[in-house]
Formats: sequence, C-alpha cells, structure tokens
Amino acid sequence: MVAKILMEEKELVKSWKEVAKQITVDYPSLSNLAIVGIRCRGDILAERLVKEIKKISGFAVPLGFLDINLYRDDFTSIGPEPLVRETKIDFDITGKNVILVDDVLFTGRTIRAALDALIDFGRPASIRLAVLIDRDGRELPIQPDYSVKKMAVGSGEIVEVKLKELDGKEGIMIVKSR
Amino acid sequence: MNWKRKDLLGIEELTTDEIIHILDASVSFKEILKRPIKKVPTLRGKTIVNFFFEPSTRTRISFELAEKRLSADTVNFSTNGSSVQKNETLLDTALNIEAMKIDAAVVRHSGAGIPHMLAKRLSVPVINAGDGAHEHPTQALLDMFTIREKKGTIKNLKVAIVGDVRFSRVARSDIWGLTKMGAEVYVVAPPTFIPPYLENMPTATAMAGKNIKISNSLDNVIKEVDVIMALRIQTERHQPSPRRRQSGSDASETRLRQAGEGSFFPSAREYRQFFGITMDRLKKAKKDIIVMHPGPINRGVEMDPEVADSKYSVILEQVTNGVAVRMAVLYILLGGKK
Repeated sequence: MVAKILMEEKELVKSWKEVAKQITVDYPSLSNLAIVGIRCRGDILAERLVKEIKKISGFAVPLGFLDINLYRDDFTSIGPEPLVRETKIDFDITGKNVILVDDVLFTGRTIRAALDALIDFGRPASIRLAVLIDRDGRELPIQPDYSVKKMAVGSGEIVEVKLKELDGKEGIMIVKSR
Repeated sequence: MNWKRKDLLGIEELTTDEIIHILDASVSFKEILKRPIKKVPTLRGKTIVNFFFEPSTRTRISFELAEKRLSADTVNFSTNGSSVQKNETLLDTALNIEAMKIDAAVVRHSGAGIPHMLAKRLSVPVINAGDGAHEHPTQALLDMFTIREKKGTIKNLKVAIVGDVRFSRVARSDIWGLTKMGAEVYVVAPPTFIPPYLENMPTATAMAGKNIKISNSLDNVIKEVDVIMALRIQTERHQPSPRRRQSGSDASETRLRQAGEGSFFPSAREYRQFFGITMDRLKKAKKDIIVMHPGPINRGVEMDPEVADSKYSVILEQVTNGVAVRMAVLYILLGGKK
C-alpha cells in the first residue's frame, strides 16, 4: 500500500546527521544539553543524535526516553488501551536545554502530551523540538526547531517512518490511510 | 493484547496471557513511582469508589494512592456511619452509589463472592480487593510481579506458601497465579490449615493440581525452594460466624468446628516452632532465597523479626509494587474503548 517513497535510507541517515551537526553549532558548550526521544521511533532518532554528537564533539549528551500514552488527551477514544512502555529519564532535567525528538510532527498533540510529561520531571531551561518530517495538519500551535523535511500531505495520507532498529528496514513513505 | 474483561474478580479465571499483560504494564507504572512528581493525568475526570466492608490498611491506601496517582477522583466508603447500619442491603447501597455516576468500584468484603455479585449488577468495572477466604487478585499480581522482578521469571521456580492456607484468600489467588505462570507451589502447613479445595482444584485446568505439592514439614521443604511466602494466621476467620455455621456442608469442616475454637491452631509458640520462618531455618535454604509476606506480619509467630528485616526479605518491595500493579489494573480496566 505504499503510495510514494519520500526518502531512502541513505538520505535519511545523512540528513539526520546534519541535524546533529546543527545542534552542536547551536549549543557550542553542550554541557547543559539533554536529548529526550518519544517512543517508539523518536527514541531511536534521539539515540542516533547522541551518537553523532559524540562523534563530532566527543561529548556524551544525556539521553532519555519518554512514553506519552498516559498523557494523551484521546485516552478513552483510541480503542484498546495502548501498551505503556517504560519512560526512562535518569538525570535531572532541571536547568537543562532539552531537545525533544519525534519522527513525524502532525497534529501536535503528541508533542503537547510530551511537554506535559517532561515538565513533570523538572523545570528545563528550554525545550526545543527536532523531527524528521514536519507535515501539515497541525491542531495545536506547535512548530519544530529542527526538521529534515517540511511538506504538505493529502488529508487521507499518512507519513510512515521506518527505522532499521525497529522495523528492520529504513525509509520514509507516504501511505493511504484506511 | 485486546483486554475484554469488565472486572477483575479473581486470578482463577484469568489466562496466562492476561496475567502477563498486567505484569508487563506494571513495569511502566513502577517507573512513575520513582519520579519527583508521582502522578500522571491518565484517569482525570474518572471517579472510583472504594467499598471497604472489612478493615484494611495496606490494600485500601494502596488502591487509593494508585487511583490518585492516575489523577482519578476517589471516594472511600466504610460501613461505619453508613446506611448499612440502617438495614439497607449491600446491593441497594452499591446501586445508589453507582447512580451518582461513578466509573469503577473497588470492593473488599468478608463474604466470598460479594464482588462477583456486585459485578453482575453494576455496569462499571468492579475490582475485588479481597472477598472472604476466596480471592485477593491484586495481591497475587503484586506477588508475581515481585517474584518476576527478583528472579527474572516465574516459570519453573519452586515457591513455598507457608501457614494458614485454609483461610487465606492471598494463598488461593497466589496458587492459581503461580501455577498458571509455570511455578511449582509447595503448600506447607499443619494439617488443620490445609484447605480441602487443594485436592479438588480442577485437574482440567492442567497446571493446577499437577504443580502443587502439599507438605506438613517446613524443614523438609526449605532446602529446595526459591521463594518462601509466609501467611498471616487469619484468627478472625477461625471462629465460625453464625452464617458460616449454617452453611457448613463440608464434613471435615463441621468436624473441626465441633472440636471447638483453637482446633486450627494450638498456640503461637508451637506454631512458630514448626512453621515459623526463622534465621536458623533460613540457614538451610538456598543462598538467593527471597522471603515474602502479604502483611500485616505477626512478628515472632509466622516470621521472626530478624527475618522480616533481613536481606532475604522483599516485604516492603511487595508493598511498593502493590501500588504499581493496582495502577496497571485500573489503567487496563478503565482505559480505552470497550
């Protein structure tokens, strides 16, 4: 049911590395930086950022994972309860510049939930948002600070991201929603 | 997995997959308990009523904390000062409270089957928080969660349940759960505390019966087991209530009752001598044995204080895990579209 391939593995990997590079430019000191990925693809992308930043600067940025299912606003209307994965932020985020990472920014509701969840862990100095795809269809006033591609997609279409670590293959495609 | 049950009434009716589903979800909720803000907005706007018709400290507070940490609103009901004292029936009381538009009911009662009766009549989920000597499903779930966390798995473990098994709803729920999860359960008790149902546990439910061993000697068993779970002596259930006396159909039970009070349990000192978990006994056990107790402990009877406070004891971790497991149960029963 793949309608269109948007990005192949090579380009995805390369452009995501550029995001890492841009972060090192924007935060030259890195010492106050933390990266938090939203399950379950943002966590993989966050991990890649941390690895790449380490390669560029030699500095290991603290990495955390966030599951936002308990913070959803559509909790009672999404069918059977989703599996809650473990949230793991084992450093203090208070005073840190946090980069929140997800695969696709669509309605903005996931990010809204993630912001609520994150703030329950402390009071970060700032939170910025990094995503692979910034697509249309926003329902909340939320915009990314870093994105690989900004695009408009038909209303009946979904942007699907596949990552090797989770899906065994890699790429971004547009599929028709059911 | 797609959860279908409205209620959580017992472990007996749960499938192994359902048990695993709850245990897996509990891991995530335990993480919430370690956060600086131990609260998530998941059940905001839901109202849960805790019906406790029997005294309880741990379970009642554990449920209430689980509810509050999921942002549900809670109401606690107890018999004192309620219309139960004005001769209203239990069912009428429950139906009236349900008519005030609640979202779930947690029920503890000294009568076996009361939560089941309410579950049939109420449209909201009912959670059994202990019914008589029948079941205490969330306790068994937290016990299994604790064992799995400590030992990595439950399958093929040898677990001794020691003490007043006959009147213990915890033991019954644990026996169902542990055998379903593939553990071997040693029921260790004086003959008076061995419940008649053990021999009758339906062999049709393959695991049960097959993986249950009965012993009257703790000293014989202690060397073999990975987990030892002591039970509180349920003295409040030893004296036959007028209701129980009427319904006492079981021949051996009637015989025991005729022998009078005390026939279940000679003396605390004698009990400790043969069935107490003592440091001396633990010396004979596996080095990595864990010691559990559902509480409240009678120190010096079923367990010596040195054992309860030793490195073998996971009793307080059981209590912590209880909140996580109850959060998971509430999340699963109240969340999502049914």
